Amino acid sequence: MGFSLGSFLRSCPGAIAQGIIYGIMAMGVIVSYRILNYSDLTVDSSLCTGGAVTATLITAGFSPGVSLLCALAAGLVAGTVTGLLHTALKIPAILSGILTQLALYSVNLRIMGKPNVTLLNTELLISLRNIPRAILIGGCFAISVIAAMYLFFGTEIGCSIRATGSNEKMARAQGINTSFGKVLALSVSNGITALSGGLIAQYQGYCDINMGRGAIVIALASIIIGEAVFSRIIETSKISFAVRLFSAVFGASIYYLVITAVLQAGLNTGDLKLFSAAVVAIVLSLPHLKAMKKGKVRNDAKSE
Amino acid sequence: MLSLNNVSKVFDAGTVNEKYAVKNLSATFAKGDFVTIIGANGAGKSSILNLIAGVYFPEEGKITLDGSDITRIPEFRRADRISRVFQDPMVGTASDMWLEENLALAYRRGKRRGLRWGITEKEREFFIEKLRPLGLGLEKRLSVKTGLLSGGQRQALTLLMASFNNPSLLLLDEHTAALDPGTAGKVLELTEQIVAENELTTLMVTHNMKDAIAYGNRLIMLSAGNILLDISGEEKQHLTVAELMQRFADLSGEELDNDELLLTS
Repeated sequence: MGFSLGSFLRSCPGAIAQGIIYGIMAMGVIVSYRILNYSDLTVDSSLCTGGAVTATLITAGFSPGVSLLCALAAGLVAGTVTGLLHTALKIPAILSGILTQLALYSVNLRIMGKPNVTLLNTELLISLRNIPRAILIGGCFAISVIAAMYLFFGTEIGCSIRATGSNEKMARAQGINTSFGKVLALSVSNGITALSGGLIAQYQGYCDINMGRGAIVIALASIIIGEAVFSRIIETSKISFAVRLFSAVFGASIYYLVITAVLQAGLNTGDLKLFSAAVVAIVLSLPHLKAMKKGKVRNDAKSE
Repeated sequence: MLSLNNVSKVFDAGTVNEKYAVKNLSATFAKGDFVTIIGANGAGKSSILNLIAGVYFPEEGKITLDGSDITRIPEFRRADRISRVFQDPMVGTASDMWLEENLALAYRRGKRRGLRWGITEKEREFFIEKLRPLGLGLEKRLSVKTGLLSGGQRQALTLLMASFNNPSLLLLDEHTAALDPGTAGKVLELTEQIVAENELTTLMVTHNMKDAIAYGNRLIMLSAGNILLDISGEEKQHLTVAELMQRFADLSGEELDNDELLLTS
């Protein structure tokens, strides 16, 4: 079973569609990881929450659009829980996310009532049955999310969230309620993630309780790939944040193209997560390795 | 008017490391006062500013500002009346954000933040007008991330931000300590100018005795979390460094058995 260019090219559109939908999740993760400087592991489950809500509601006869809105709302709630665990109860950032993530596993099972829900013979907004349409609809969603996020983070509240992530001490000295900002940002982040989960469930035609496992790694990979490709434009652009968001969607598409290629080349599906983790570990450590090579070792690695 | 009434702050209470950063301190500062605060390391200089700013709350005592009790009001909620400049130039601004965005954040201190756009064209003009007199050319660099500015530029910017919205109190926590002497001098000049222009009530912590004497109308020396010396008016104008050191030695000598560690540090 060797690599066949023909069959790879045939699977490219599917990979791009998948990349765009997962890219929406990556944009959600940008809010926590890049803006807030907070490693939020809630996403691994809130992605599935979005899928579960969407799949269950569609099965119950609701329209795909309404189902997606409910998925978004469920994600907002999930993020709020993580935020409150961290700010009101002072639980460390990573642990807050892990706790919500674990709790959501049960919640997701409750929502679906069983480990998976399939969406057969129903009207869907986006589906792999029609990939060109999926790319178009996914692209529309991605552009809407970019526009909405760009506008939101330009508002007074958005600016105060950015200040909170950049310099919490300064933010408080400027009268910003940093706890509120963190909760809101985590809420938005998981809301977008759940929206992405809702689209994924529709695209693949089912939602499974294990959907989203390792989602944070896919998101990080997408963000980093995107930043690497668009670094210069992100640095200099007047609409730098919009470019950064777009780059994550682009990065996610590249990620899925690579995954498709390695699977075609014979990588065992079961080894995929090991492969993804290794790639992200290498990419995350690149700045440090480069610095070491130059003889400038920094000890200020982010601890959170 | 700011008053501290019998305020105490203890760290690591109940452990072997228990330490009173501020102990039974009472003081009143009049509107328009420019007070310089000096003292050895650990004398409680920064702790007092942090208590006033609300970074942490005192175990005992009461702090009132313009008649209202602020002892336990959260930091961000009193920021509308109390503005600050920190020792570390990195702390005063959000380094990932543009210069104009930082100014806009400070401009909204104490106001409700909603879904309006984070900065308006009118504000931008106002900022340019305010930046020009600093003489640093910052008015041409509105969309530069403040992380790219020098330490002196950042402190000047933070000072300007602190002067917005007519605060009741300006707290300066060794805000020139991290700068080279030349830059420190310029930032101090600017400080005096901004304080005078806006008639700000100011508390300035410094470890430079000369600066403590040269600036302000009142000088407070702290030791072991309390006020050792409080000099103002005419007396302060004629004060010299030698005299100040002499008085410090005389006064603290009496307490030497209690505070030996502090005085030798």
